[in-house]
Amino acid sequence: MINIAVIGIGKMGISHLAILGAHPDVKITGVCDASRLVTDALSRYSPFPCFQDYRSMLASVKADAVVVAVPTKFHAAMVEELLEQKLHVFVEKPFCLNADDSANLAGVAEKYNLVNQVGYHNRFLGTFTEVRQLLNGNYLGDIYHFHAQSHGPVVIRPQSSSWRSNKNEGGGCLMDYASHTVDLIHYLLGPVEKVHSAQLKKIFSEEVEDAVYANLELRSGLSGLLSVNWSDETFRKMTTSVQLIGTKGKLMADANELKVYFREDTRPNGYEKGWNVRYVTDLTAPVSYYLRGEEYSAQIDSFIRQIQDRSSAPVNTFRSAAQTDKAISLIRSKH
Amino acid sequence: MERIIFGDNQFFAVNHISDEKAMQQSIRFRHNSAIIRTLEQSRAEGIQTFMCTTHERIGEICAWMRANEGWRNYTIYPCMPYAHKYANSVTEMGISGTLRKYVPGNVFGSLFKGGVAMLSRDYLSIMELLIDAEMKMFRGMHTPVIFLQNVVTDLLLGLQMKEVLAAFAQYVRRKYNAEPGFITMNLPMLVHTLEQAGVKDAIVCASINKAGFRMSGGKSLYEKVLAEKKVRVIAMQVLAGGAIPAREAIEYVTSLSGVDSILFGASSVQNIRETVEWIHRYDQQRIRASMPVLV
Repeated sequence: MINIAVIGIGKMGISHLAILGAHPDVKITGVCDASRLVTDALSRYSPFPCFQDYRSMLASVKADAVVVAVPTKFHAAMVEELLEQKLHVFVEKPFCLNADDSANLAGVAEKYNLVNQVGYHNRFLGTFTEVRQLLNGNYLGDIYHFHAQSHGPVVIRPQSSSWRSNKNEGGGCLMDYASHTVDLIHYLLGPVEKVHSAQLKKIFSEEVEDAVYANLELRSGLSGLLSVNWSDETFRKMTTSVQLIGTKGKLMADANELKVYFREDTRPNGYEKGWNVRYVTDLTAPVSYYLRGEEYSAQIDSFIRQIQDRSSAPVNTFRSAAQTDKAISLIRSKH
Repeated sequence: MERIIFGDNQFFAVNHISDEKAMQQSIRFRHNSAIIRTLEQSRAEGIQTFMCTTHERIGEICAWMRANEGWRNYTIYPCMPYAHKYANSVTEMGISGTLRKYVPGNVFGSLFKGGVAMLSRDYLSIMELLIDAEMKMFRGMHTPVIFLQNVVTDLLLGLQMKEVLAAFAQYVRRKYNAEPGFITMNLPMLVHTLEQAGVKDAIVCASINKAGFRMSGGKSLYEKVLAEKKVRVIAMQVLAGGAIPAREAIEYVTSLSGVDSILFGASSVQNIRETVEWIHRYDQQRIRASMPVLV
């Protein structure tokens, strides 16, 4: 059994708590949130010990690992404190407000050989992992353009203020939404090296951007576009997609569907020359407990497996999330 | 429960395998009249039960039905809550902000009850107020089963909040004289938990398909739990979002004796007719096969 404590019970924290609560190898030893409304409900109806303060929680319960899902501005200091206590850490995305803090924490986690993971769940989606396989096999030839997009209906009218409407606390479409898209570009194509241009547009928000449009260049020299808009109500929920075109083919992928076109006979097993359509239904491995998508359970499974046994490669390490934070700061600096 | 139940995903741009199809459907059903026409077509094929989420447009459809004589005997299974409404709100204003926004406070009676609930942190009263708010749109309609959506059922399951699942069942029975239903992506875990919580005779709606898609714990465990017949079961996602051909999909799901009803949604009259015909055909084959041979 792995003993886990959870800090922060908002939308992501409660989802992680439920997934951990259903995990056969996990014992939840403590749950912490500043809101009494939330901890009272949990102490009354769930079996988890609840706390208002994470320091007193960690002083009184046994924990091997901690899941952190508090507002982003608290990540850097809190995660450092946890690593210094030699705890494995899973932290929600984006990692830190300042990319230097992210790189520093990656170093600390590596020094102590602790499992470290950030919640970029797209790396656990069957369609995107398949795209990565196709790219690793070089089946699309030399990629010469990409377009990565995310759209959704988060801010569709002038907002009441919260930490998400405050740029200094990790709010805004770039940190909150585009971080997923940028991380997906990293996962599939490599890190962002230069930002040629970027527009951060306010649509309904007063202090933060609601859309991000940028022209990116990657370390490999490949260039492409990033389009992210969280004020688009024609999407029922967050929808992330990527289009790639290369000398031997082209592909379009989102969370549900992968459409790929091969110009030549050299193609992977199970694919034909010309158009191919594959669905998440046959690209996704089943999970033992499902809440909002297989990827949310799969990322927690991966974190737990890393703690139990380091035989498989870690996914979404602090080091990789630090690159995403770096790209975010490059985009902001170009605006 | 009827053998075949009509679903509403196609009306609200929910498509499990294609965002492109989802958007096409959203355009196709942009007017309520298109939804009503499709419901009429499903009735013409013999489906008299509609299982739908508490989307605000369902409220408009219900208002239309109340005003039209021919829809008096129509059966609706409400599924609550429409989760995206709350999820987007939690992103914007947190869990307590969302409760303050949605726990009804504009009606004097519920304001009083809500105020008391907040003060004493009586969470089950808050849940009852939210159920009442969601049920308002179905006033005067025949709603013999009321479902909790899978995102909430499964969240409560993961949080091990058995008492809350039981409280939902009790309230729905007491206040609406309806049977409690639970939608889930974790059928084996839910059946076990409902049993522990003392919830008897619940109706469970779960993803059940030949591909094993969204059948957490695995297809064989599902088949074992279904065979035990501890709960009444509605199979959904039988086509696994279209990944399995209709005939093969229906042959599988009708072969499971623990499946009482089959839920499906479709946009075109051809698809509705075809699915209904396959279900009847396989059901009849099975009835014939189980009859004693007369010598």
